Amino acid sequence: MTAATDGLIERLAATAQPVRRLRPPLLRAGLWLAAVAAALAAMVLLFADLDLFARRASDPKLAVELVFTLLTGILAVIAAFELSLPDRAAAWALLPLPTLALWIASSGYSCWRHLLVHGPEGWVIGESAACLRFILAVSVPLAVSLLILLRRAAPLTPVRVAAMGGLGVAAIAAFALQFFHPFDVTFMDLAVHLAAVAMFVAAMAGVARVAQSRSRG
Amino acid sequence: MGEEVETDRRWSLLMAAAQDGDRAAYERLLREIVPFIRAVASRQHRARDRVEEVTQEVLLTLHRVRHTYDPARPFRHWLAAIARRRSIDALRRRFRTEAHEVADDSAYETFADPAANRVMEVSAAADGLGEAIAALTPPQREAIELLKLREMSLAEAASVSGKSIAALKVNVHRAIKALRRRLRGEER
Repeated sequence: MTAATDGLIERLAATAQPVRRLRPPLLRAGLWLAAVAAALAAMVLLFADLDLFARRASDPKLAVELVFTLLTGILAVIAAFELSLPDRAAAWALLPLPTLALWIASSGYSCWRHLLVHGPEGWVIGESAACLRFILAVSVPLAVSLLILLRRAAPLTPVRVAAMGGLGVAAIAAFALQFFHPFDVTFMDLAVHLAAVAMFVAAMAGVARVAQSRSRG
Repeated sequence: MGEEVETDRRWSLLMAAAQDGDRAAYERLLREIVPFIRAVASRQHRARDRVEEVTQEVLLTLHRVRHTYDPARPFRHWLAAIARRRSIDALRRRFRTEAHEVADDSAYETFADPAANRVMEVSAAADGLGEAIAALTPPQREAIELLKLREMSLAEAASVSGKSIAALKVNVHRAIKALRRRLRGEER
């Protein structure tokens, strides 16, 4: 062993404090999701038009879309917590992809029908800007709290973890949006939703990349 | 195989103790795992000092993330993941650095025969040549550039510069003397 490595080991051992082990990732993900569910439920009960939502959700296609959106969010958050640990397989990143594909597909189908019924009026950008603002406004506080928790694990691949967390947060925000969205999804809406999700994932990954290069100095 | 399982169990127990603040267990663990880390690192790196550098980075990372180890899971797997990650990071960093730098191995070499060394040093001094040329008087610089660097004939150089062949000859002769003086002076 070289003198430098030897010296390093002595220094590390001499200064080592007891540490609190992280709880299992599934439990940590569950606790965060439960807290978010409580906050969103309060928001929906206070501000959403539940009668209108109930009428819209009786359409099985919208209900299916909602389920896929929410599942994508939950699975991406679980994957982010798993990936934040050093010894978990990179394949966890695939977990939310099937539901993400189904979400995009079902959402795309809804818009297609909307286009057939309503014609090209579905292309105008009207409420879409408001949706974008909503998704971003809900995503940011969720993302900050999620990043704080994920950082506790000091992930070795922060960009991947942050991108996965970003997908989870944005999908949950898109799900929440449906309670405040009194109309069917148009092509424009779909594009805006996906753009918001993509922007958010890219922003989270970007923040992580900057943080990573800073920490290396 | 049995030995590996045994080692893994011991490392796992040592790490669990280290997480609870047992410094002696921690030091023993770190010393025991160094050869394993080195073996992982040497899959990506050949130079011994590079392997040592990666080994130290892995030890530092392990220290930083030691709270993420779950004693119910295999320790070797956890450690190998960290070691591989850091090893690949170091490799990427190296590629990035090398993209901006030129490796000149001969710059560090020295030969038993002093004359051979002088050849190497003169070639290294070629970098200083540009500066030495810049320091010449304008007529000398012009003569050197046309006749030696652009390799023109005396007649061509005379027609380009508008100087007589005799004047060019004198200037190039003086310029070479000046350069020799300057470069030798730097060598000493």
